Amino acid sequence: MTDIEFDFLRSYLKTRSGLALSAEKRYLVESRLGPVCRRFNLADLGALATALKSGRDTAMERAVVEAMTTNETFFFRDRVPFDLFRDVLLPEAMARRASQRRLRIWCAAASTGQEPYSLAMMLNDAAPRLAGWSVDLVATDLSTEVLEKAKAGLYSHFEVQRGLPVQALIKHFEQVGEQWRISAPLRQMVDYRPLNLLHPFDALGSFDIIYCRNVLIYFDAPTKGDVLGRLSASLAPDGALLLGAAETVIGLTDRLVPSPQHRGLYNQAGGAAARAPAARPLPAAPILPAAGIPPLRRVVGL
Amino acid sequence: MKTCLIVDDSAVIRKVARRIFETMNFQVGEAEDGEKALTACGETMPDAILLDWNMPTMDGYDFLRALRKTPGGEKPKVLFCTTENDVGAIARALHAGADEYIMKPFDRDIVTAKLAQVGFLAEADAA
Repeated sequence: MTDIEFDFLRSYLKTRSGLALSAEKRYLVESRLGPVCRRFNLADLGALATALKSGRDTAMERAVVEAMTTNETFFFRDRVPFDLFRDVLLPEAMARRASQRRLRIWCAAASTGQEPYSLAMMLNDAAPRLAGWSVDLVATDLSTEVLEKAKAGLYSHFEVQRGLPVQALIKHFEQVGEQWRISAPLRQMVDYRPLNLLHPFDALGSFDIIYCRNVLIYFDAPTKGDVLGRLSASLAPDGALLLGAAETVIGLTDRLVPSPQHRGLYNQAGGAAARAPAARPLPAAPILPAAGIPPLRRVVGL
Repeated sequence: MKTCLIVDDSAVIRKVARRIFETMNFQVGEAEDGEKALTACGETMPDAILLDWNMPTMDGYDFLRALRKTPGGEKPKVLFCTTENDVGAIARALHAGADEYIMKPFDRDIVTAKLAQVGFLAEADAA
């Protein structure tokens, strides 16, 4: 791969998925895109770059973008953001939405489904308190390939043993040969859809809680700022945004501020989170889908 | 220092597990069957036990039931570690008093995650 070809691939990926690759990441491009070359019968990365420039093969474009995404995840990853959901975010959101009895949650980088299913398990545990509530659990990812796996809800022996307590495995999974499948009711709670965070996502509506963990780290600063600004626009005034441990809003957007109490939690700047819950009118979450986007599935009365 | 007893009739598994526990700052003991493990626990009760199921003389399931009836035997966190991977076996183990369950084959990440699950956090090792 020549420097010119590498620079082309870097800028191509930057435009398509926001992935910001430094010059030292040449090895990553070579190791991830080598298999894509073989799949499309191309001799090398130079031939791949030429083919992408002609811009005719959308399957190839998708394969290149998806091959460069990092999908590592596990159930209850880092634990703290999930303890926070169970102990703080969910009870507080339920108190604030007691009259509407509606909650909207979004996992913005859902990968193979472990994060949304972890939340689904905790919502399931809270089901007695959520009787009569309507909960939207929307999960999006750039990669349609990982979303297929997420929808299938089928995990290896290794995947179900990282982060998932064995009691939860017994309670929520069934054995399918060597693998484990998350139960149908939990699969049905999650509304999966492909989404590139670089594109507009306001059609998804407004959310009370957004998990957007370990994706911004791959973007450059202007892209991070842009995505964070639009996440803020999709977050209720009293909403909660969770970022990954290596991510922050500081220096990237003025619209969000770190929570003084909880690491990884961000609220709207000058927002309503700190004010008395009853003192403020609640925004109506837009539920009418934009043209061409199928309506979001809602889980009613867990 | 935290202590752990590794109970498995395979010397290879004991060696692999010992390495993982030692890097997590456990002081490690070994036993090759349930009976020897019970004797070891009678002398010093460990903080954690990694327990195989199928072993000669006394299997892991019988060991666990006997352990939980022993004075002080409710204290150790017991992690089953076995090729018995069906739901029924897992449910029996939990019913007999297991705290966590590791399905073989396992790796370091799984052991670390499961130990965190029962309260042995990696951060605590620095202390």
